[in-house]
Order: sequence, then structure tokens, then C-alpha cells
Amino acid sequence: MAKKQVMFTFPEEMIREPIIYNLSHQFKVVSNIRRADISEAKGWVVLELEGEEQEIERGIAWVTAKGVRVDPVIGDIVEG
Amino acid sequence: MSYARALRCRKCGQEYPVQPINLCDFCLSPLEVSYDYKAMARGLSREKLAGGPLSMWRYRDMLPVEGKEVDIGTGLTPLVKADNLGHELGLDRLYIKNDCLNPTYSFKDRPVSVAVTKAREFGFDAVACASTGNLAASVAAHATKANMKAYVFVPSGIEPGKLVGAAIYNPFLMTVDGSYDDVNRLCAALAQKYNWGFININLRPYYAEGSKTLGYEVVEQLGWRAPDCVVAPAASGLLFTRIWKGLDELSMLGIIEPVNTHMYVSQAAGSSPIVSAFQAGALHVHPVEPNTIAKSIAIGNPADGYYALRIARQSGGGACAVTDEEIIDGVKLLAQTEGIFAEAAGGVVISSLKKLAASGAVKRDEVTVAFITGAGPRTQETMADIVKPFTVQPTLESVEEVLGAPD
Repeated sequence: MAKKQVMFTFPEEMIREPIIYNLSHQFKVVSNIRRADISEAKGWVVLELEGEEQEIERGIAWVTAKGVRVDPVIGDIVEG
Repeated sequence: MSYARALRCRKCGQEYPVQPINLCDFCLSPLEVSYDYKAMARGLSREKLAGGPLSMWRYRDMLPVEGKEVDIGTGLTPLVKADNLGHELGLDRLYIKNDCLNPTYSFKDRPVSVAVTKAREFGFDAVACASTGNLAASVAAHATKANMKAYVFVPSGIEPGKLVGAAIYNPFLMTVDGSYDDVNRLCAALAQKYNWGFININLRPYYAEGSKTLGYEVVEQLGWRAPDCVVAPAASGLLFTRIWKGLDELSMLGIIEPVNTHMYVSQAAGSSPIVSAFQAGALHVHPVEPNTIAKSIAIGNPADGYYALRIARQSGGGACAVTDEEIIDGVKLLAQTEGIFAEAAGGVVISSLKKLAASGAVKRDEVTVAFITGAGPRTQETMADIVKPFTVQPTLESVEEVLGAPD
């Protein structure tokens, strides 16, 4: 089993969709929310995903395709 | 023996032993070095600091290192009284902290010197980073000095000229065939798999501390006082927060009077998530897709954005973004008034300062320090259109024709 820490950033139109529920429902991925801030206009969630590595990657690809931005939890690693 | 006693979560306060980690297990927030400030204060004085080596390592007692430092001659860069530029902007007490004059031509030598020192202490035989220029050069140079391997990852599409500054130190240089986000994801995975000291991942808490020395130096160079205003660029926001931490620590340690410095963060309009959050009154910084000529500060998802935002607000400072055109104007203005050729990030700072002075946010009689963090020659392609020489024949007549008739 692998673990991956990620940050989801939701655009306004996705705020009301149960993305994290559906992620765990459609893929064999356990999501564990650690921090979050959601308002009516924007939102982000920092969470740990646990599952088989391929399943996590498939899940992240699905979330990304839905329009949610997925970043490493530590922010951008590439620097100037 | 350093005064570092633990790593501490910046959100929930959970503490961890000093080791190569960067995230809190509980809330996945960044960790920072926590010191025994009481003991540190007992051993420090202005005289002791001033008597130290002529480099950033004169502040060694305030850095989290135990062993011999990996030093390529970094720090104690000039703080220049900028009368010409000040005259242009209407500022009487303006200073430029010229950190272009570090060994690899950017401020990155400060944090990297601390990070590579820690990497060696932790027993790593290799260090790694993902960079488009300045960080890559600094990591490669320090790895050479420390006899360590360096792995440098670069997004594809970077101009080869930008990589010369790193390649000359002979690191494992890998261009990644993908976007910036692909490189981010790759490096996060590499950091989990390989036992490397990843400069801005598992070594980040230590890397961050090196930038405090910019704050310390400015205070010492101003005769042991903090500036009234600071204008500094932000990419990840780490430098901005650590300049503040440097000032704050000196005050807390009783070396200087309480600090009342207004911190102004400057970004390129094409990559300004921190400035946007400040202006919107938001609590958090939302990621953006960067699009600016100021590549060295083009970070869309700044790791320390939240903290930079907080410092700009709490210090009574502000935030300013400038367009690419204004950036070029800023680089030219600094060069043509003070003789300092900065990279585009310096243009961001100068043009932001110009706006802040014009709006009255930064006042004429305030001691103001603008931080120039990287040298221009590495990114001179952004300035190519300024080269317009007069063509003359090798005769006096030809030269005088261009000059106009002499008296």
C-alpha cells in the first residue's frame, strides 16, 4: 500500500460536488482529510490518500479531469 | 553545538527531533526549526556578531548547524545607499541590498549553504533540487565544495544558456520532458524513494533558515537597527518570511530595539498569487498558472504563501504586482541609476517600490531597503533590445559626427 499527501483546490463550480466521497467510492483509495478551508467561492483540502499506487494515480487523474487542481502538499518544488 | 532544539509544526505546534523531514505527520503543515532562544541570547552580543567571519557564517550561532559549514564565500554582500534611485523615486533614505554578489550570483547561496551543511551532518552523500536556474547553480556549487553528488532536475524548454551556471559544476543535470507540474510530481516521488537530501523537500526547514542572514546583515549594516520598510520579491514566499524572522529574532534576543518594519511583498503580475490574496483580503493563497518573464519567481503554488501574506498584513506592510513591461523598466532604472544589473526579479522589486513610493505607502524619510536577489547577466535575453550601438568608422570625424560637433 502507498500513501500520498496532496492538496485539492476546487474552483467555484465544483464546491458543491462530493468529489472526495466519489473518489473513495469509485477507486480503492482511502482519503484522510487533515486540513481544509471551504467557502462558497473557493476551497482547498489537504489530505492523505492511501491505496495501491496505481489506484491512487487513477484516482488523482479522475479528480484532475473533473477540474480540480491537484498539487503536492508542500507547494511547488521547482524553484528559480 | 547549535541552539536548535527541535522541528516544530507551524500550524499545530507538534514537535519532532531535528531530522531530515519537512511535514507534520498530523496536519501535513510545514515544519520549522525551533531554538532555545534563552540560551542563545546569553551567548550573543553585537560585539560577538561583529567580530565573526566576513561572511553569512558570522551568524552561525543563530543557524541550526552542528558540524563544519559548507561555505563557498557567501554573504556580507553590500548594502548600498541608493541616492540616485532615491532621487528618482522621492525617497531620501533608500538602500539596496545587493545580493547578486554571492558566489553563484543569487541569494540562494545562503539557504543552500545551510541545507548542504545539514545534508552532510545527516549523512547524505547526495543532494537534489528542481530548479530553472539560480537554485540549480547554488546546489551544484555547494555539492562540489562538500564532495557530494548533486542531482538537478529542470523542466524541459528551459534555455540551455540558463543551465550553464549549474552545468559548470558538473552535477547530474536532467531535463524532464514535461510541464512544471510534472516536475513537481516527479520530485515528490523521487524524494520518497531515494535517500537524497532534497534541498527544498526534506531539507527545507534548514534551507529556510539560511535566508534569515539577509535580515541580520541589513540590521548590522544599518548600524544595528531594523529598516522602516522592506520591499522584497516573493516566489515561494520563503525569503520574504525569513527576512522578517531575521529582524524579529534580533529584537527578541535583545540585540536591537523592537521591530516596527513594514514588509512589502512584490510579485510579477503574471504570477502573483500572494499579492492577489492580499488585495482580495483572503486568508489563503490560491494557486495560479505563472506567465511572466520573471522566471526565477514564477511560482504558482507558493509553499510559504500563507505565511508571507500574514507577515505583509501583520507588519502593516502591503503587496504590489507589476507587469512584464514594468519589470523591464525596473531593471533598467536600477542599472541606470545605481549601476546594479539585476535579474528580472530585481525589476519586480524596483517597479513595485516605485509604485509604493508614488502612492505614499513608502514615505520619503523612511529607511527603506529593497532586496535585489539575483544578478542580471544570467537572464540577459530579456534585455536584448537595449543593445543599440552607434556604428562608426575608425576616424575622429566619424565619432564626432555621432557625438555632435565638439566645442
